[in-house]
Amino acid sequence: MNLVTVSGPPSSGKTSVILKTIDALKQRGLKIGVVKFDCLYTDDDALYRKAGIPVKKGLSGAMCPDHYFVSNIEEVAQWGIGEGLDLLISESAGLCNRCSPYVKEIKAVCVIDNLSGVNTPKKIGPMLKSADIVVITKGDIVSQAEREVFASKVNLVNPSAIIMHINGLTGQGSFELSTLFHDEKTVIDTLVGRELRFTMPSALCSYCLGETRIGENFQMGNVRKMNLEGGI
Amino acid sequence: MIGRNQIADRHIGSLLEDYPFLASFFGDNGLLVDGRNDATLNELFSEFDEEEREEKAIDQDLLMNQAAEFINQMLAFLNEDNDVHAITILPGTDKSGVPEGFDSLVIKKSEVVSIVGPTGSGKSRLLGDIEWVAQADTPTSRRILINGDIPDSSWRFSTSKKLVAQLSQNMNFVMDLSVREFIELHAESRLVEKPAEIVERVIIEANKLAGESFSPETPITSLSGGQSRALMIADTAILSRSPIILIDEIENAGIDRKRALELLLSEDKLVLMATHDPILALMADRRIIIKNGGITRVIETTDEERTILSTLEELDRTILGYRTRLRAGESLLQGE
Ligand SMILES: Nc1ncnc2c1ncn2[C@@H]1O[C@H](COP(=O)(O)OP(=O)(O)O)[C@@H](O)[C@H]1O
Ligand SMILES: [Mg+2]
Repeated sequence: MNLVTVSGPPSSGKTSVILKTIDALKQRGLKIGVVKFDCLYTDDDALYRKAGIPVKKGLSGAMCPDHYFVSNIEEVAQWGIGEGLDLLISESAGLCNRCSPYVKEIKAVCVIDNLSGVNTPKKIGPMLKSADIVVITKGDIVSQAEREVFASKVNLVNPSAIIMHINGLTGQGSFELSTLFHDEKTVIDTLVGRELRFTMPSALCSYCLGETRIGENFQMGNVRKMNLEGGI
Repeated sequence: MIGRNQIADRHIGSLLEDYPFLASFFGDNGLLVDGRNDATLNELFSEFDEEEREEKAIDQDLLMNQAAEFINQMLAFLNEDNDVHAITILPGTDKSGVPEGFDSLVIKKSEVVSIVGPTGSGKSRLLGDIEWVAQADTPTSRRILINGDIPDSSWRFSTSKKLVAQLSQNMNFVMDLSVREFIELHAESRLVEKPAEIVERVIIEANKLAGESFSPETPITSLSGGQSRALMIADTAILSRSPIILIDEIENAGIDRKRALELLLSEDKLVLMATHDPILALMADRRIIIKNGGITRVIETTDEERTILSTLEELDRTILGYRTRLRAGESLLQGE
């Protein structure tokens, strides 16, 4: 089975891109499944199910969905292998712009949209910087110049990525993307022993562990204080 | 090719001298280089402590590779010969799998070709085949040649070397910038040599195409539909490096369409347009007829057909005249 991890800011068009890409892959007779990671709520799994795609959903609750991803991806991969999938696609929403669920040697795709503003690419961390493929969506509604400027900004922070432009509504470009998703040479049978491309921030503090009271006496672990001295 | 070892121990100052475009690489990657001309790249990348590294998501190794990659790309971009004088479409199959009945279709620079056919017939797919430089690897199995040869795969994957620029009816400006700032930003991203001159030219040409003129200080988001389209076309003609312009359904755009095509052609573009607008279709040298996903005919625009064009243009001018009067608050009746 191949595994492809897709990640991107909320409402950047991940689900539409994946659905359209799967349409194209299915035409080649491949069996594809999806696992959707989110925090509190998602109904994307219903969209996948409606399209006849085997899907699993994982809600991380109060935990960072990317930390949750790492803790569960091996089990999910085993599920996919058990289902006889040729390709498993994981979809997760990058929330803090800092974590990223990319695993070394597993194809990593970041979805980002033209409407998010030219300064967005430099604000997004490893999720964009260490992706193999960057999919830019909503290009059908902005000008050619803005598409070119936006793509050049993405290229500045990740020059080695392949940049693809996809229209999530019509699916234009998704066939092309699908050719990069499935690769018989990168078949996996387990993720055990593999490594993340980037360390996730060590965010464990008292509040992560359920503390609710405010005040220094209750703060342990990784505590970072704002600098309120001096000017701006 | 420049490898990471060739840049790691060089000083920032001398790197910036050789590769001025690195300034935006440092800037967008959150690296402060002001006053750091004497530091080496290695020093710059390694001076972050663990906390900053974590915070800013800095990976020294990745950054060094990316910097080398960026330099190579930009050098290639500045030197490359993007000249596309012809594309060739080799036949594939229609939606029923029936082979298309032509041997090959060559479209040359400074030529305008329109693509007509009902919705869903495969116009956008054909434009998509060209953009992806299909090699029998799309649903149509068509193949696209550039300058008569099987093209290099960099046409598919390079950010700066895009074969195709697109214009369509649904496109809008979304950035919060004035016309001038916007064109400047675009010029900057293209590393053009004399930005001020080019920006000036884009604005002048756009104003020639637009029904109503606009100033360089106008915010792009408050341009009218016609003005936006005019600016998009002028900008794409002059600033986009893509040799092929795909126009997907621009009808009644409130611009001087003939002039727009002339501008694109004068900039050596090859123009393909999916359209049902008879004026645009007749302005084209040829039109490709698509049915059920396949190219069924190619019709040369004859002089006889062109006589219809002048009738249509006359009608178009009449309508435009009424529109102008309406806008000016005048009566639509002659002489009132
Ligand atoms: N030759 C073909 N073989 C198979 N599918 C095709 C072919 N041509 C077009 N299609 C598919 O038909 C659908 C409609 O085509 P599209 O190009 O969007 O039509 P149009 O732009 O003319 O409205 C698309 O999903 C496209 O991929
Ligand atoms: Mg179409």
